[in-house]
Amino acid sequence: MEGLQIPLQHVLLLAGALFTCGLAGLILRRNIIFMLMSLEVMLNSAALAFIAAGARWGQPDGQIIFLLILSVAAAEVSVGLGLVLQIQRRFKTLDMDQANRLRG
Amino acid sequence: MAGIWLIPLLPLLSAIALILSTGRMPRGVAAAMGAGSVGLSAACVALLANDFLADGQVRELTLWTWMAVGDFSPRIAFYIDGLTVVMMSVITGVGFLIHLYSIEFMWDDESLCRYFAYMNLFVAAMLLLVMADNLLLLYLGWEGVGVCSYLLVGFWYRDPNNGKAARKAFVVTRVGDTAMALGLFLLFTELGTLDIQPLMAAANSQWQVGDTLPVLATALLLGGALGKSAQLPLHTWLPDAMAGPTPVSALIHAATMVTAGVYLIARNYELFLLAPPTLHAIAWIGVATLLVAAFTALAQNDIKRILAYSTISQIGYMFLAMGVGAYASGIFHLMTHAFFKALLFLAAGAVIHCLHHEHNIFRMGGLRSRLPVVFWSFLIGSAALAALPFTSGFYSKDAILLSAWALPDIGPWLWAGGLLGALLTGIYSFRLVFIVFFGPAQTEPDRQPGWKMSVPLLLLCVLALCGGWISLPLTGVFPAGGHAPVSHSIEYISIATPLLGLLIAYLLFLGRQLSIAGLLASPTGQRLQQFFYSGWKIDRLYQAILVQPFSSLAHWWRNEPVDYLYNALVSASQWSHRRLAALQTGELRWYVTTMAFGLILMLTIMLRNAT
Repeated sequence: MEGLQIPLQHVLLLAGALFTCGLAGLILRRNIIFMLMSLEVMLNSAALAFIAAGARWGQPDGQIIFLLILSVAAAEVSVGLGLVLQIQRRFKTLDMDQANRLRG
Repeated sequence: MAGIWLIPLLPLLSAIALILSTGRMPRGVAAAMGAGSVGLSAACVALLANDFLADGQVRELTLWTWMAVGDFSPRIAFYIDGLTVVMMSVITGVGFLIHLYSIEFMWDDESLCRYFAYMNLFVAAMLLLVMADNLLLLYLGWEGVGVCSYLLVGFWYRDPNNGKAARKAFVVTRVGDTAMALGLFLLFTELGTLDIQPLMAAANSQWQVGDTLPVLATALLLGGALGKSAQLPLHTWLPDAMAGPTPVSALIHAATMVTAGVYLIARNYELFLLAPPTLHAIAWIGVATLLVAAFTALAQNDIKRILAYSTISQIGYMFLAMGVGAYASGIFHLMTHAFFKALLFLAAGAVIHCLHHEHNIFRMGGLRSRLPVVFWSFLIGSAALAALPFTSGFYSKDAILLSAWALPDIGPWLWAGGLLGALLTGIYSFRLVFIVFFGPAQTEPDRQPGWKMSVPLLLLCVLALCGGWISLPLTGVFPAGGHAPVSHSIEYISIATPLLGLLIAYLLFLGRQLSIAGLLASPTGQRLQQFFYSGWKIDRLYQAILVQPFSSLAHWWRNEPVDYLYNALVSASQWSHRRLAALQTGELRWYVTTMAFGLILMLTIMLRNAT
């Protein structure tokens, strides 16, 4: 394998760090837009892990899954942004703690 | 006489027509149909009786097979012998007079049509009962009269007490009827038939006198007879059954239905002869009932309840007659009792009718000159009831007492009980006459009985006076009894006893030479009077030992203890539902947090197990 060799552990550590950042953002932020962005970060961290794993074993599966994740993320963002618009329209806020009408 | 089947059919058709008209029939038509159908039926019976007396032939008539199940094929068939002819004559004859009387008595009632429908249905069922040639058809009539009795006791159903009395009558007789049904099952399984004549023959050939099975079977049949004929211990329904209209009491609860038990025993007497213990029990029950009821009648103050208790007492005499084997005398007493008791009830009904529905004898008085027809009727009826010499009741009751005396061993005891009963009968029947018709007037009658009431009263007066001279065509039916000749002194005693009762009643309630005021005022006397007034507290006893436990059990059961388990399941799931629903806060971040931590937890556990 030619070129820059990055150890798998580093990549996985980076992916884990990104995932943790995303999760923390998801849990801690109340604004729905930031929550969506955190979700994107988490998706991308997973995608990164796939790429690294694909590279490690020389298989194309990792890149295929990466493409899948990209499209899922695009779909998710479009649905999510639609929801954001609706939430803004109904609740006049983007604070998700205010939108808790589904409580039991 | 070809049209025997017409006799029960006419009242039945009339009943059906009256029921189908649902009360929209004009009163005149309904009354004419109600009384007319029974009248026509009575005419048919008269023709039949005329034929029968001429040739004395037993008539059997099979209409069709009711059902055929394996070996069991009861038929709709009639068996007419002397006993049946007597019963049919009483039912249709007295029945017709009471129907005629009812037209005037019930004319102002809004449900005249319903009344005649029930009455006609009753007559049809009663005729079926006595004409049936097998015990199953007899049972159909038996239950039919029970239903009609229930319907007529609760005729004025708007008063809940009447409904209660009707239910009591129905339930108490049902106790006896259950026993009777068991008896029929037993007879069928043991002897293979329910046709009465083959049944008797089979019983005589298969069973010996005193075997267990005939004793058991007759005891079960006796249970039915006790319930229907209001004998101890199932007599409590009859006084309450007085809640019905008075002609109903006269027809059903005095003249016909309550004597069905006596008829049952007489009809199956060959079976009962195989069971001497049952016969002894019948005799003792008869004596006990006649005494208990006579003592109770002494303390009553409702005119109809006095007559009801006297009916129970007189049927006790009939049971005594059955028990000592004097079947013909018992049936004779059944007939004369039908005459004079119907007369008494109708006269009492006339008093009640003319006195604004007054029942309490102490608020009557002095009616002798105001209602002369009713007075003479009541006097004649009471004389026959008390068995004063040469009235109809005298001949029949005397015959029963003499037969009882002639029985070896226990005979004199039964005779003494019957004699004491006769004395009490004299006292309570003339107490009634003296209080109601003599003395100062208390309530003024507001009307006089019309001809439809007077004619039946007069005809029944004639029957009550002269009914004793009728000779019944019973020679072929029952074994030629004829007790051993008894000494004349015994006969004189039984003639003198009712007169003594009359004398005591006169001294106590009219001449007032004797006074029991002191006795009644004493605590013992009061307690005794209360005891008799409440009918020996038997009602309260049944209330305590049967009704109360049953209704508390029903109340407990009504809370559905079986459902406790299922209700617990429901509450448990509802409780957990509330707990679980509390987890759904609706806060997105809370969900994310718990999901993440749950995931971490699961991964931890999985990885731990993997290593």
